Amino acid sequence: MSRPLAPELFASLDPLALAGSRCTACATVQFPAARQCAHCAAEDPAPITLPAQGRIWTWTIQRFEPKAPYLAPADGFLPYAVGYVDLGEVLVESLLQCSDGEPAIGAEVHLVRATAPGGHFTYAFAR
Amino acid sequence: MNAHQVYVIGAGIHPFGRHAGVTGADMAVVATRAALTDAGLGWDKVEVAVGGSNTGKPDALVARLGLTGVAFTGVRNGCATGGVALATAANALRAGQGEVAAVIGFDKHERGAFAADPASYGLDAWYGTTGLMVTTQYFAMRTRRYLHEHGVPDLTLAQIAARASRGGAANPNAWRRRALTTEEVLAAPMVSDPLTNLMFCQPDEGAVALILARGARAFDLCEAPVRLASVAVRTRGPGSFEVFSPWLAPHRSGSPTRAAAQDALRQAGITVADVQVAQVQDTDCGSELIHLAETGLCRDGEQTALLTDGATEATGRLPVNTDGGCLANGEPIGASGLRQVHEVVRQLQVRAAGTAVRGDPRIGFTHVYGAPGVSACTVLMRPDR
Repeated sequence: MSRPLAPELFASLDPLALAGSRCTACATVQFPAARQCAHCAAEDPAPITLPAQGRIWTWTIQRFEPKAPYLAPADGFLPYAVGYVDLGEVLVESLLQCSDGEPAIGAEVHLVRATAPGGHFTYAFAR
Repeated sequence: MNAHQVYVIGAGIHPFGRHAGVTGADMAVVATRAALTDAGLGWDKVEVAVGGSNTGKPDALVARLGLTGVAFTGVRNGCATGGVALATAANALRAGQGEVAAVIGFDKHERGAFAADPASYGLDAWYGTTGLMVTTQYFAMRTRRYLHEHGVPDLTLAQIAARASRGGAANPNAWRRRALTTEEVLAAPMVSDPLTNLMFCQPDEGAVALILARGARAFDLCEAPVRLASVAVRTRGPGSFEVFSPWLAPHRSGSPTRAAAQDALRQAGITVADVQVAQVQDTDCGSELIHLAETGLCRDGEQTALLTDGATEATGRLPVNTDGGCLANGEPIGASGLRQVHEVVRQLQVRAAGTAVRGDPRIGFTHVYGAPGVSACTVLMRPDR
């Protein structure tokens, strides 16, 4: 089993879950987990596990190969979908996997592993 | 008129585009000399200078302009650089540091979308390597959400591009000089859905300079000074939707554009209905669409009717980006905000390089916006004296 590209993004690998944080002062939820709240600057937000199900809030398709620091797959660049996924308390930016055509705002998606550079994996949300 | 009011008394531009063998500093010198000529002044009369660039070192320009010992401040605020440079110079004059200031903006960018270093934005490497750190994606996602929330069709985006191209075709200083049809814009290759490559501006090269003067000195030096009635700079608040954000709050608020526009209008003592010629940041057609509403120039969803009715044409009732905006001029980000002011000043002086707005405009407005959520707005007025 490959390893996560950025282990700190995950609260759990089985079942797969993202690690966020909730401010103990103002309740703002962030991803990735933060050492300081971006809303009120309070220190040491509490670590939380984010929901693995959500809805697409917005999306696009990246149709040209980005410049560095992007690393294309070993077998060449392919256009990929990205978007924000509404997890209730927070919108998380993510790669999207839609086997049945284009993403759509409001579509239900769930957390999955996605191939990342160096044989590692990252997170994505899939329909 | 009072001694603390600041006026634009000269404006100069080096045409935007691609200029092989010409450095950013070369362009800045051309624009500065043109602005000084416009003001009828020598560089030795400039008491305060502010330069903005993201690819060069503005204060090094003294070696080309003259070693007068002038106080020279450098500004680097991404796409909002020009607006921040103008605010800095105006504040220096109001603080009594002199009566004449130069504001110079220039940049010379490589081809293609900007690449960014995650660490410089406080992000970790994974964000870049996995393909999330791309500016065009952000503009596309922001546009997609806005179209969805306000029922705006893709055709409105194409109408913005077509209108900008007509402004560029008429403007000898623009980079893109060909008028486009909405059909062409929609049929162009898709870059980031729903934005095609004709709906995006591109980074390029260029320079703009303005000469400012305070109080009575402005009228001694210039027959038709334009008053900088206000300039306001704001950064994002919580809940704003900005580039390079791995997460967003669930509810939108804190738009830096909304805050800067409201403050600029309030400082100038006008309402948005008084604006007769406007420039808004049009990095892409979606950005113009959103910024028209965030500045208050129209209501959410009203853009479709404005574009369809021709209201935002140079000869319409709410002329927007009359010189072609970023879409036709490209974006040398240090100069871009000053290009907007240059165009509005020349419209108010009835000597625009391209299409002149109708009637007798007295009040203009500019809005520049950049990463990571910085907006600067100005109100420019032709003074009654």
